[in-house]
Amino acid sequence: MTVNIISISQITSYLRELLENDVMLSDIWVLGEVSNLKRASSGHYYFTLKDDAAALDVAMWRTYTSRLTHNLQNGDAVLAHGRVSIYEPSGRLQFYVDMLQPAGVGLLHARFEELKQRLAAEGLFDESRKRPLPPLPHRIGIATSAQAAALRDILTVLARRYPLVEVVLSPCLVQGERAPDSISAALYRLYAQDVDLIILARGGGSIEDLWCFNEEIVARTVFASPVPVITGVGHETDTTIVDYVADVRAATPSAAAEQAVPDMAVLAEAVTVLRQQLDEAMSAQLWMHQNALHSATATLQRQNPALWLARSRQQVDDLVQRATRQVRYLTERRQLQLDGLRQQLITLSPYATLHRGYAVVQRTSDGGVVTAPAQVQRGERLRLTLRAGELAAVAAPPAPIEEQHTDD
Amino acid sequence: MTETSTETYETLYTRLQETVAQLEVGNLPLAEALALYEQGVQLAAACQRLLDSAELRVQQLQSDQPDDQ
Repeated sequence: MTVNIISISQITSYLRELLENDVMLSDIWVLGEVSNLKRASSGHYYFTLKDDAAALDVAMWRTYTSRLTHNLQNGDAVLAHGRVSIYEPSGRLQFYVDMLQPAGVGLLHARFEELKQRLAAEGLFDESRKRPLPPLPHRIGIATSAQAAALRDILTVLARRYPLVEVVLSPCLVQGERAPDSISAALYRLYAQDVDLIILARGGGSIEDLWCFNEEIVARTVFASPVPVITGVGHETDTTIVDYVADVRAATPSAAAEQAVPDMAVLAEAVTVLRQQLDEAMSAQLWMHQNALHSATATLQRQNPALWLARSRQQVDDLVQRATRQVRYLTERRQLQLDGLRQQLITLSPYATLHRGYAVVQRTSDGGVVTAPAQVQRGERLRLTLRAGELAAVAAPPAPIEEQHTDD
Repeated sequence: MTETSTETYETLYTRLQETVAQLEVGNLPLAEALALYEQGVQLAAACQRLLDSAELRVQQLQSDQPDDQ
């Protein structure tokens, strides 16, 4: 048999690991009474938390003690948050506290945090399920105290901004033990009404006064609402659980009313704008019809028979002119051709030869043209036709042309 | 509870918007355009009247427990 011997360090370090890996011990709220309080010069606090039967050593580092809002005293009943581990040098169990509150307030906060985390995990605060507010609500349900200033504030704002809206008031207690049930019942009464949205409101007060708005039943009732819910609880700094569940969280009751309805002045402006648009659209329509009429009239004008007649007359005139021009052109062309032929004729006529100084010789007796000496008798009468007139001649015996030249 | 015998503002306003949109489409027969315009003018006036004359109406539901009031 072997004996397994381990060191003290090994034990404490093993225990520390065991403790620090424990989910419950690493995030716990502990209620107890402060005793044996030591404020170290470093700013750290060391004390003992005890109840009737047991005690726990506590260390609270300076980082956390500096956040304390009240002066811690021996004998204080407190609610402390932190983790449990082991202080190895002494081997003692130690509670390392990071948050500490007087028990009354602390308990409320602890409950608040616990509920907030639980409902968040369930999806009650999901942004995706926040509904948009109706732009022009017709009936608004209000759950609040019938006597409180919050209601007067809300009604004043509604009357000023949008008096068209109808208000359905569902009175409830907004303080005290019965308030959560009363609020829940008042909301369910509104759910049965035909309202477009609901305002859940309460004026400012202490954290205890506002506590009913941190109750689970109220949160779940708001979550069940068939219409958007606006919360206006307390002052601007107060945030309650229902604020997280609501579709819209307003800082105060008045602010909730402001968000619930549009401003009438803006609406009136919108009506004016629409009225102008209407006029403009009508003008456009009229202009369009006027235009159509104009163009129809113009078309009609173009179809006027008198106009057509005048145009026809014009066409006839044009044709006559064109015909006349054509006739003149053809006549002139023929004249030119004629002149040309005449000129040609003149050139080819025998008289043209006469012009150049030649003469035509004819027998006077029968007019026969003499082209050879043998065609005439000696002493026969001849007629010589010249360019400018005629000559009478008598045929003489012909002499050879060469001889004549030689004789001369 | 007070009943709204007449039409609600949102109904009138929506109809006014629709009327303007219809008239803006254009190409309407003249008679139709005039009828739409007339209707638009009346709707705008009705909206304005409602805004001018509105008074907040408050109805109070009965609580189960009288002392909750």
